[in-house]
Formats: sequence, C-alpha cells, structure tokens
Amino acid sequence: MSALLELKGVSKIYPSVIANDRVDLTIESGEIHAILGENGAGKSTLMKLIYGVSQPDTGQMRWQGQPVQIKSPAHARSLGIGMVFQHFSLFETLTVAQNISLAVKGNLGTLSRRIEEVADSFGMPLSPDTMVHSLSVGERQRVEIVRCILQEPKLLILDEPTSVLPPQGVQLLFATLKKLAARGCSILYISHKLEEIRALCDSATVLRDGKVVGTADPKRESAASLATMMIGHDIPVATHAEASTDGVIRLAVEDLSYEPEDPFGTTLKSVSMNAKAGEIVGIAGVSGNGQNELMRLISGETTLARTGKGVIMINQTVVNAMSAAKRRRLDFAFVPEERLGRGAVPDLSLGYNSLLTGHEHGLSRFGFIRFGRMQQRAQRCIAENDVRCGGDNARAGSLSGGNLQKFIVGREIGLSPSLLVLSQPTWGVDVGAAAAIRQSLIALRDSGVAVVIVSEELEELFEVTDRLHVMFEGHLSPSLDTRATDVNRIGEWMTGQFLSVASGPANASTGDGNELTADSATNGAGA
Amino acid sequence: MLDSLVFVLAGTLAAATPLILAAMGELVVEKSGVLNLSIEGMMATGAATGFVVATQTDSTVAGFAMAALAAMLLSLIFAILALGFLASQVATGLAVGILGLGVSVLIGKDFEGTTIKPLEKVDLGFLSDLPLLGEVLFAQDVVVYLGIASVVLVSFVLNRTKLGLVIRAVGESPEAANSIGYPVLLVRTCAIAFGGAMAGLGGAHLTLSYTPLWAEGLVAGRGWIVVALVVFGTWQAPRIAIGAYLFGAVSLIELFVQGQGFAIPSQLMSAMPYIITIVVLAAISRNPRVVRLNYPASLGLPYLRSE
Repeated sequence: MSALLELKGVSKIYPSVIANDRVDLTIESGEIHAILGENGAGKSTLMKLIYGVSQPDTGQMRWQGQPVQIKSPAHARSLGIGMVFQHFSLFETLTVAQNISLAVKGNLGTLSRRIEEVADSFGMPLSPDTMVHSLSVGERQRVEIVRCILQEPKLLILDEPTSVLPPQGVQLLFATLKKLAARGCSILYISHKLEEIRALCDSATVLRDGKVVGTADPKRESAASLATMMIGHDIPVATHAEASTDGVIRLAVEDLSYEPEDPFGTTLKSVSMNAKAGEIVGIAGVSGNGQNELMRLISGETTLARTGKGVIMINQTVVNAMSAAKRRRLDFAFVPEERLGRGAVPDLSLGYNSLLTGHEHGLSRFGFIRFGRMQQRAQRCIAENDVRCGGDNARAGSLSGGNLQKFIVGREIGLSPSLLVLSQPTWGVDVGAAAAIRQSLIALRDSGVAVVIVSEELEELFEVTDRLHVMFEGHLSPSLDTRATDVNRIGEWMTGQFLSVASGPANASTGDGNELTADSATNGAGA
Repeated sequence: MLDSLVFVLAGTLAAATPLILAAMGELVVEKSGVLNLSIEGMMATGAATGFVVATQTDSTVAGFAMAALAAMLLSLIFAILALGFLASQVATGLAVGILGLGVSVLIGKDFEGTTIKPLEKVDLGFLSDLPLLGEVLFAQDVVVYLGIASVVLVSFVLNRTKLGLVIRAVGESPEAANSIGYPVLLVRTCAIAFGGAMAGLGGAHLTLSYTPLWAEGLVAGRGWIVVALVVFGTWQAPRIAIGAYLFGAVSLIELFVQGQGFAIPSQLMSAMPYIITIVVLAAISRNPRVVRLNYPASLGLPYLRSE
C-alpha cells in the first residue's frame, strides 16, 4: 500500500532565500509525523506547499499514490487535508457555529449539534453560539480543530499548536490527536519543542536551512540528540545564579485596575507587582490574559489618566499620566512584543532605528541628528550582539526575526537603563539567538538592573527569572520564588487557581518572605 | 396643517429612497472589505443614463435597468484598479467618482433642464384611499417599496445566510477566508458590482421620480451622505435606513419652511439635512463595542494573495 502523502525533491525559491531545498517527505496513514526545525528552517513554507497556499517551483507530490498538484487551500481540503494555523484563521465577529459553517456544509442547526457532539467526544467542550472574539486562545484552537475534524480529513496539519496553550491544555490536545490518529487520520505536527515531539510523534523529519537533515524515531532519540540534528550543535543554556534582591524598587504597580477602550481587550483587575534592582521578574500566562494591556500601561503607550485606578511608579516617580518619552527619561527602557511596527520601523535603516529611542542619549544635539554617533552606536550594537545583517544601513525589515530582536534588545540595553521591561523577548527567535538574549539579560541583572519579562515560554521563565507572577483573565497572581516552585504549580495558576488559594498556605511556602509579596498576595485574593 | 404633514411624510419616503438604495449597495461593498468612495459619481451616471434612456424609449423600466448597468460598469472600473492593480481604494474611488460626474454631464448634455413624466404611483385600491396613512404609505411609486424591501433583504442576507457570512468573512480577514478556500477577489468584485448597480438605481430614482428632471449637479452630495450613512449607521441596515429617512424628512421640512417664507438664509436651510443627519448618526454610533462588532476589519486594505 502506498503512503498517504509523498514529497520528492520539492523546492520553493523566494527572491532572497531558498525556503525549501529538494525536500523529501513521506507520511503513512494513521501516523503522527513531526516536522522539526528552528524558526526559519522552512517548516511553514513546506506546510503552505502541502496545503496549497503556495505552489512548489520544482519537485513532485503524490497523494495516496497519485501525482497531484495542490492548487489552492480549497483543493487541499477537497483532497482531505485540514490545517490548524498558528495564527488562527477565524473570524472574530462571527459565532463558533458560523465560523465552522463557512468551511463545513450543513445548516446552522444541525451543524451546532454536530459541533457539540464532536467537541464532547474529544473532551473539549465548546458552545456553538458564542462569538469567537470572546473565546480564549486555547478555545479558539479547539474551534479550529473541531472545524477540521468535521471535514473528516485524512491528514491534519498543526503548526506550533502548543505555543498558545497552558501545560494542561497541551495534555488535552495530545489526547485528542492520539484519538484522531487511532481513527486513521494522519497528523503532521510542526514544532521546535523537542519534549513534545518525543511524547507524541511516531516519526520525525528534521529540517535545517530548508533542507532535510535527517529522519528519526523521536521515541528512540534523546532531546539532546534531536536538538543536535535540528540546530547542528548542542543547545546552549543560560547560567542562572542567585540574585541579590535587596535592591531599590525600580518598578512598582499598585492596585492597578483598568478597562481598555478596545472592547475585545482584557480588563485589568487590581494588579500589583514590583521589580527591584538586581532581579528578573517574570510574568507567565497564556497570551491574551491582560499582558498586552499591562505592558502598554507600563510603557506609556496608553496612559492611566482617566479610565483606570491605581498607581504605576518607575524609579519612585508616579507615571500614571506620563507619556512614553517622559517615562524613558526616568532610565526606563522597553522592548515590545511586536518587533516590526512597535519595536522597530521596518522601512528605516538600523541606524535610524537606534535613533528612535536613543535621540536623548547623545544621538542628537540642538535638535540635529549626529550621524557619526548614530552610525557608531548602531555598529557597536550590531557587533556586540552578533546581529547578522548588511551593516547599519540595512533596512530593519530585511533582518530575520531573531536578528532584529537581538538588535532591538541590544539597542535598549545600550541605553543603560535601570529598569528594562520586555514582552515576549524570544518569541520566534531561533534557539541560539534566544540563548544569547537570555544570557545578556542575566548579565544585565547582575549589573544591578531591574528586569521584567512577559513570556509564554515557561522554560524560558524558569531559566532566567528570580520571581514569577502568573496572569489570568486580567488578574495577576502573587509572586513565587522561581527556584522554589515548579512547572505544575505555574501551570495550575495559569488556569486561575491562584484566585482561590492566593491568601492560603500556598503563598507562605514560596520562601520569598518579604512583605511586598505578602501585599500582592492579599491584593490577588481581594480581586 | 394635515396637508403639510402629508406633504412632509410622503415626501420623506420618496426623498430617502435614492439614499437607501445606494447605501444598501455600499453596505454590502464595505462589508466585503472594500471602500468605494465613487458613489456620488455612480449615482450621477445612473441619474443621467436613466433619464436619457427613459426619455428616448418611453420606458422607465428600461431607464432604471440601463442606469443600473451604467453605474455597474463604472464600479467595475473601480474594481479593476483597486482589486486587480491594488491601487489605493480611497484615491481610486475619488478618481472614479469624478469620472462618473463627468460622464453624467456628457450623457445628459442635450437634455439639460428638460423634464419627464414621473414614475407612476402604485394604486393599492382601498389602501391608497385611506386618509393620511394611505397618502403617506400607499401612494408611492414602486421603487420606494423596492428601497424598503432592499433594507430587509440586505439585512437578511448579511445576517442570516451563508452568502452573507462569506461576505462578512472576506471583509474581516481576507487571508483567513482564502485559507479556508473562498475566492476573495471574486466575492469583492461581485459586491462592488452590486454596489454600483444599487447606486445607479438610486440615481435614476432622483431623475425619474423625485425631481423629475435632469440637471447637472443634481445629485448634490447625496453620494457623500450615503458614505456617511453607512459608517455612522455602524454598518447595520436598519440604522442606515433610519438615517436616510431622517435626511429625507429634514429635506422636506426645509422645503416646507422655505415655502412658508421664513427669513432664514436658504443656504443654511439647504445645509440642514446634511448637518442634522451627520450629527444624529454620530451621536448614536458612539458605542465602541457596536462599532467594533460591525466594522469590517479589513475595510479599505488592499489584498494580495500570497504566492
């Protein structure tokens, strides 16, 4: 019997890069097959070829033994290929059932019943009449998966599906996928998370720089050996010494409540936290639980003038109504989640981009730009942070995500702030660059800077932080000493459990016995 | 007194009809994610074409049909530029709008200032003979009822049918719609063509029933009010209709007041329907939640299918 899907020598060439270089791939019926690779290794391009979003330049595809050219997503779906996207392809202003009815035949009534049946049989409850914008990210993923299941696919593609889930959600997802595979549906699972692939997949194809560098049985390989295949060398791990946390409070957020103007945003409910000189404070949680709102209030993108209550202090100055520029004058630096558009201007050179936050740090005089210094600053940032680019005249938008992020983080560190706040600092960054960024953050902490990191990657937070908060539906948990807690505990808190136990003995065992933590615990409980 | 009330109320329905027709078209266009600002020009083209064809053929039906067709052709020029060549929708809409005004003058140049026998009122038997109610509601021409029907129909299609879901999906996220297999550009082109035809019908109602004559500049900014109606009506057909009737009512009150000879500058009076409609609609559309829920998120953004 022939394989379900077979790719032979498939290449996709873009003007500046060969995204897929003679890729061979074979998927058998009913297997869970991993595509493993770093960001930029060509995984997403390969999936687009299989799902018909774009067409290969050379090579052959066979579907159930027959040669096939997949012309469009519609064509792919008619063959029986379904896909769950990393950035969901749902419509926020429609209900769950309406969203699904766009892809699945049948009238809304019967469809709603089938949605409930399928969702229940896989143990992931879903209400068909809810508007999608009111769903959490995890629930949206369920909608996508149910939508695919209802099309009775023979092959289901999932692109980094766990990046949006709390740990328990990952378990539920894996159970669902295994059930599906047992029913004979093949699954193509794209990820760079090695442990997940070892837990779930039957076979793996490893991509590096667009080429297949090997296939493996992930259950027989160790995470380290998979990593070596994936990036060509061992994963560097940032060292993590004890912090000296008796420093001054650099950032204080007290009893902050805020209702965003965007009706689809998250309302913050009595959020309290602080960050002291010489420590790294992490904020964990599935994105969309208020992290964006909190970050914008801290950075000054939105001010707290009228719509909220509470106090935000940077270096002992109340900044509630202060503009972002004024806050930066208080030795505050910020790295936003969005690299292009917020962190950097895509169409400007790296030199000009360093001017954006550095113009009050010696890069201008009497309102005139000092071009020599600007170039020097950018060149130094490029050299010190190993940014791979065409020099300080390169357009920011031409850099890969990881390199641009290294530049932005380096630029902010170069301002020698006393408080640095980062949102998703290593999101979409390759393993090597991520380790470099983490290492420089730890170095910064050791030099006495207060650092706050918002991240969805628990491993990253455990690697670098000294204290951890968890954000859930606009509430911020009390902080835990990172060394005295574990992933399970944080995972439970990511689903809101701290709301009921925050004032109980759970907090007493954190080992972080200072009164500020106790304060935030009471706030958490009161909310 | 009763006579003037009937005059205002009956006139309101008639005066609002061109706006309603064009606005229902533009609503569908905007819901599919396209901002077509050429309504003024399309209405003018429809008005001139309808008038000329009806005069020459003695058939108002032919007039309306050709008006719809002419404006639809104009809207397809917009579609080719904005969808095919990814030109800025705002700039293209303005350009095509100006083109439409020019075309209308060209078509109507031998008919400037001439009149035509207006579209006949429908006789609904005893209903039309009812006092007040009959004169207001049941003694209108058929296009007035078509306008009312279009509100119900467009609202139903957008909210209750698969076709409407597809249009809204394309307008919210063309990328996502493409990824689940819908032809984004085809949907948008059809929406634009529908919008053009409706604007043409609206324009023809001006020259074949409401005024009923042809004169250059006769549309007088109604196309722009339509754009405002759709936005301030928060992309909901019933609200847009209310706005259109408000505009119609104030226009008629203005005529009535002028007829009474009050000493108010006529320019100010002529501006009143525009001002009052905008102010009222702006006031009722202030709820950001309602706006966010009905706003087509990709409105005005060019869409290029990824390769």
